[in-house]
Amino acid sequence: MTDRNLLIVKLVSLALVAVALVIAGIQFHDHRNYQEEVVKGPGVTQVKKLSDYFEPLKGSINDCNIYIIDSGVPGGTAFLIGSSHPEEPAGNLTAQLFVENAKLAKGRLIVAIRANQSASRVSRPGDAYPLYYTIETPWGEKKFRMGDRWSSPLDSWPDPEVYVNYPSGQLLAYMDVRNFNRTWPGRANGMITEQTNYAFMNVIKEEGVDIFIDLHEAELEYPVISTIVAHQKGADIAGMASMLLTSTEFRIGMEYSPKSLHGLSHREVGDHSDAVSILLEAPEPFLDRVRGITDEKLLLTGQDEFVVMAGKYGLLYEKIDEKGWPIDVRVGRHCSTVLMIFELWGDFNPGKEVVIQQVPRYDEVVQNGTGYYFRDPSKAKTEDIYYE
Amino acid sequence: MAILNSIISVCYYLISAFVVFVLAKSIIKTKNVQDAILYSVMLMPFILRILRIK
Repeated sequence: MTDRNLLIVKLVSLALVAVALVIAGIQFHDHRNYQEEVVKGPGVTQVKKLSDYFEPLKGSINDCNIYIIDSGVPGGTAFLIGSSHPEEPAGNLTAQLFVENAKLAKGRLIVAIRANQSASRVSRPGDAYPLYYTIETPWGEKKFRMGDRWSSPLDSWPDPEVYVNYPSGQLLAYMDVRNFNRTWPGRANGMITEQTNYAFMNVIKEEGVDIFIDLHEAELEYPVISTIVAHQKGADIAGMASMLLTSTEFRIGMEYSPKSLHGLSHREVGDHSDAVSILLEAPEPFLDRVRGITDEKLLLTGQDEFVVMAGKYGLLYEKIDEKGWPIDVRVGRHCSTVLMIFELWGDFNPGKEVVIQQVPRYDEVVQNGTGYYFRDPSKAKTEDIYYE
Repeated sequence: MAILNSIISVCYYLISAFVVFVLAKSIIKTKNVQDAILYSVMLMPFILRILRIK
């Protein structure tokens, strides 16, 4: 090849790479900076920032909103968080549904919709994750960021050879230093994910939280699924909730939080605060390793023939058929389970009730769809719109 | 630990910039078409990281 032709090839390849770089770069940039609209519901009395509880997070990517719904009537204080793992959308959708709808007759409810903002602003292209998903509402489509399990390396780098959880000293996988549900109870001078957990622990302590619920989803290949995982302080409530929900609405199990498994919210929040800590798992076939085409459709319908086949071979811990596990079913399960746990909390702790109204239960969410419960930002006052 | 991580993180960006420099130099010098294309493609993740996009 002549020098002139070689030069042309080099210039053309660089130009093509530049085009690909710009296209990909714009998509990644837009995803990281996309703001989800949240319309303040009728019950929200105050919206604070996480940095109000831990100053060093001020202005950082993980300085999320803390929504407070206060009845003004003395009772208990509950704390609900979504998006510990932003690749589990039923968590943040349920939390947002509570913020936009819940009114309290007694006690206080605190909600964080996007607990780990950094992880919600990075996707996993290597696993073909979509960048966004949309939920149908009566007023149009509502768009959400699809996130990852771990905080973005842009915000937390490098990872250690082995992550040593503080203060337990338990050894965990290196990338779990960026896993919001392996870094509890956090560390003030740690990496940003640990600092975020530390800030959340401050919320729990300063607000006097009585009961804490962390919303998750799991692959069907994982044994901890369709269940309530409870710290021993909340075992009675979780067990009763499991029995009542299974007999009236849907089957859900109950598991004890292992005492020697550290870094997870159901263990550390209970161990390091006065709050009862509980974690909920709903089935999300999108996360199964045996899944087929990985796209928004699978994320929202939970329908996948390969996961169904895995079930026929007895490789799963939850049932699945051609109907899959639609997002409305998963959000509905979370709504009913949270409401049931709060009802039981009140029964077990007179004087510390948290009475929630206007949040739909499982049947209503499945019938009407999750989007039915999201408010139209275009019809809301500017001061009532917050961004996640 | 956080300070040490910040220092390493800055070093990582400097190393990424150095790799971009080496690749660009290799693209200019190479007489092999396949190598030129390969080096061009390899530039992408390093540039995206330096720009703090990915």
